[in-house]
Amino acid sequence: MATPLKVERYTRASRIALPVVAAVIIAAATIPAWGSSSVIKQGVTFLTLVALGQMWNLLAGYGGLVSVGQQAFVGIGAYTLWVFSEKVGINPFFCVPIAGIVAALFAFPTAGLAFRLRGGYFAVGTWVIAEVYRLLVTLISWLGGGSGVSINSARGFSPTTRQAFVFWWALAVAVGSIALVYLILRSRRGVALTAIRDDEVGARSLGVNLTRSKLWVFVIAAFGTGATGAVIYLNLLRVGPEAGFSLQWSALMIFAVVIGGLGTIEGPILGAIIFFGLQQLLADYGTWYLIVLGAIAALVVVFAKKGLWGAIYRRWPADLLPVRRRLCLETVCFPEEAPPAQPPQYPIVQADNLSGEQPPAPSPGPGA
Amino acid sequence: MSLLELNDVSTGYGHFQALFNINLRIEEGETHAVIGANGAGKSTLLRTICGLLRTEAEKVRFDGRPVGQLPPNKRVGLGISYVPEGRWVFPSLTVAENLMVGAHSRRTGMWTMDKVYELFPLLSRLRQRQAFSLSGGEQQALAIGRGLMSNPRLLLLDEVSLGLAPVVVEKIYEAMPAIIKSGTTVLLVEQDVGQAIRFADRITCMLEGRQVLEGSPKEISNEEIFAAYFGV
Amino acid sequence: MIWVNDIIQGILLGGLYALFAAGLSLVFGVMRLVNLAHGDFGVMAAYISLAIVGSLHVNPFYTILMVMVVMAIFGYAVQRGLLNFAMDAGPLQAILATFGIAIIIQNVLLERFTANSKGLDAGAIETAVIKLSNQVVIGWFPLVTAIVSVIVLLGLQFFLGRTRMGRAFRATADNQRAAQLMGIDNRHLYGMAMAFALTIVAIGGVFIGIRTTFNPSAGPMRLIFAYEAVIIGGLGSLWGTLVGGIILGVAQVLGDHAQQGWGILVGHLVFLALLAFRPQGLFAKQVQ
Repeated sequence: MATPLKVERYTRASRIALPVVAAVIIAAATIPAWGSSSVIKQGVTFLTLVALGQMWNLLAGYGGLVSVGQQAFVGIGAYTLWVFSEKVGINPFFCVPIAGIVAALFAFPTAGLAFRLRGGYFAVGTWVIAEVYRLLVTLISWLGGGSGVSINSARGFSPTTRQAFVFWWALAVAVGSIALVYLILRSRRGVALTAIRDDEVGARSLGVNLTRSKLWVFVIAAFGTGATGAVIYLNLLRVGPEAGFSLQWSALMIFAVVIGGLGTIEGPILGAIIFFGLQQLLADYGTWYLIVLGAIAALVVVFAKKGLWGAIYRRWPADLLPVRRRLCLETVCFPEEAPPAQPPQYPIVQADNLSGEQPPAPSPGPGA
Repeated sequence: MSLLELNDVSTGYGHFQALFNINLRIEEGETHAVIGANGAGKSTLLRTICGLLRTEAEKVRFDGRPVGQLPPNKRVGLGISYVPEGRWVFPSLTVAENLMVGAHSRRTGMWTMDKVYELFPLLSRLRQRQAFSLSGGEQQALAIGRGLMSNPRLLLLDEVSLGLAPVVVEKIYEAMPAIIKSGTTVLLVEQDVGQAIRFADRITCMLEGRQVLEGSPKEISNEEIFAAYFGV
Repeated sequence: MIWVNDIIQGILLGGLYALFAAGLSLVFGVMRLVNLAHGDFGVMAAYISLAIVGSLHVNPFYTILMVMVVMAIFGYAVQRGLLNFAMDAGPLQAILATFGIAIIIQNVLLERFTANSKGLDAGAIETAVIKLSNQVVIGWFPLVTAIVSVIVLLGLQFFLGRTRMGRAFRATADNQRAAQLMGIDNRHLYGMAMAFALTIVAIGGVFIGIRTTFNPSAGPMRLIFAYEAVIIGGLGSLWGTLVGGIILGVAQVLGDHAQQGWGILVGHLVFLALLAFRPQGLFAKQVQ
């Protein structure tokens, strides 16, 4: 009888990492019991940044959809929270998933328009649509108009209780977003997404339905971003159209992901830590942290495509959250656990550049 | 000193090796044909010479100068002009503009727009037509004319006959004697062996990225070429 | 008659948008790069003008030439120093690098000039008008702006059509590798394309700075209007871009007229409607 080939997904590093991660999550969950109010607030900021980063990474890192309009879904999440808690009267803490669902619903028409554009034009297209949402909120007086609204119902709880619940929600969206991306990538559709990330033309030729895969990615990212937006504004308690739909949200997620490592799960977490650290370090210098982060991001994206995590991974290859499949025969696996990256033999033009054709103009046209 | 020297060139795309230890000397004024089947590495060879692929500087010498590291735009300035496989004319530019862009390097010599129109009379009535509207043969003529506009010392012609009807190929090759007479050294790559050996002083036959036969077409028999071409 | 007036104002405004759009479309055409910092470059130009006005006490019109030179040098440097490498890294990387630049410019301007709105004071011309009838009144300044825009577009068309470098731009836009085979140094050419784009944007930035107030976060809006003009007109068509700008301008003015404050939204909605029903734009150039 032939020795059975097995498809192996776990790596040695991941077997160690998973219990460690679980322990960290449990430890983090106890923070509201002993942390000071400011620690809890900072924790919420950090955890929501992780969640936003994961969602943007899912979009751009795996779906190839560079959106600079994700602030639309942060704002929609925030305003959904307000509508359902203030106008409908639902407990504000139950509004987080509702915010995600509403954002996901808005993602369909958004995608319907934006997917007519490609590449950089898609990026600006999402931005325009986010602007439309912002202007609509500003102009609709029922939603508080330009001056914004307060989430008063959340003030009904004692500050300690409220902070604890907000923190747990933040922890939930952070862990949930990581788990979501992880599970998506390990699914059948995830394999398709990784294929798209690595080679869009090749993936299409193998029968991967790009548009549908990308639509799902867009909707899921909107869901996660919307829910996270609600958590952020449970923390801040006041939302206006300028702040809720601010481009800064996109800057936040993009910088965290790009610095940490585009197209990896670990990257955005690392990026969020760096982002958060720099923000604290330069807290007394106004917006200098954004200037520094912008500069780092622009340099990293150009000179270290896979970000910091990519650099670390090259040095100490270990998949903490393995999504790759490996073929194993008894104890031998292919590819080997984290093979050292081979430098290309011929440091020259990519074969695909030799066609002489320009990449198809990312011009308006059907399909994303 | 040869005009072009390739010294032990091995190259490829990423992890795929397309050329194995190629050594080639081309003398000034010579017409040299490289023949071989699909995938033999002929086009890769020309791309290495024109700079679309780079190697160590010393491995490609032009007029004694190591050029292996230079980008294509610098090599044009030295006098290497490549007429690419698939023609690559500028579709939105007119025929005249394509030729003007061909002269971008500002090398002077006998080839001017008028001379090119004389060489390819079919182009002269198409001057103001955009290149995308040209037929395949017209585009090929334009590509060669454009390549000549830089007054090259070495003209690299890649698969001139590709995708063209035999009559059209015949028409384009009618220009060869005039080009050779102008003193331009020509290195041409062809799948069509008949066309290649008609004008060539020397031929090189390639098989799977290696040189398998070299010599003057007068000295080599058709049987030898056949054997080298198919590797039998 | 009041509608006639609105449409005229919209057309004049559209000229200004086309000016911003021309730079955006030039950069995209030549190197397939969507520059997310385009609007911020325009705002930056207005601030440079403001700084020169502050130290030399001259009319902002006289600063335009200096601002153009500064922006051209800046554009060339940014392209060769960063964006060329970003484009080597990949199209996605290039977009993200321009986004990084956008955020840097916005925040540097914020640090240097505060968040307060500023304006460039061009003197009497700002309020001078030509009165055609009681209801149709054309401001001298918007008229001059529109005329300058058309002149710049004509100049750009001449440059692209008739000069050696202009042809090199178009050749590169068609097929970058083939252009390189003609001896065109693409890295230098990209630098020049960005320099040209920012020169044009410098003009637009100063004019828009005279027309309205600006603040460090005004850039994205400029980018979006320029972008909408490009897409409405159709990629690769200079005069389509002008028409796109005019459609956007007219939509905004009419929208504002119908309901105060709705102009920009109406402009966006017209854009989205065109995107939905005619995604290739109105005047897309047909090249196979």
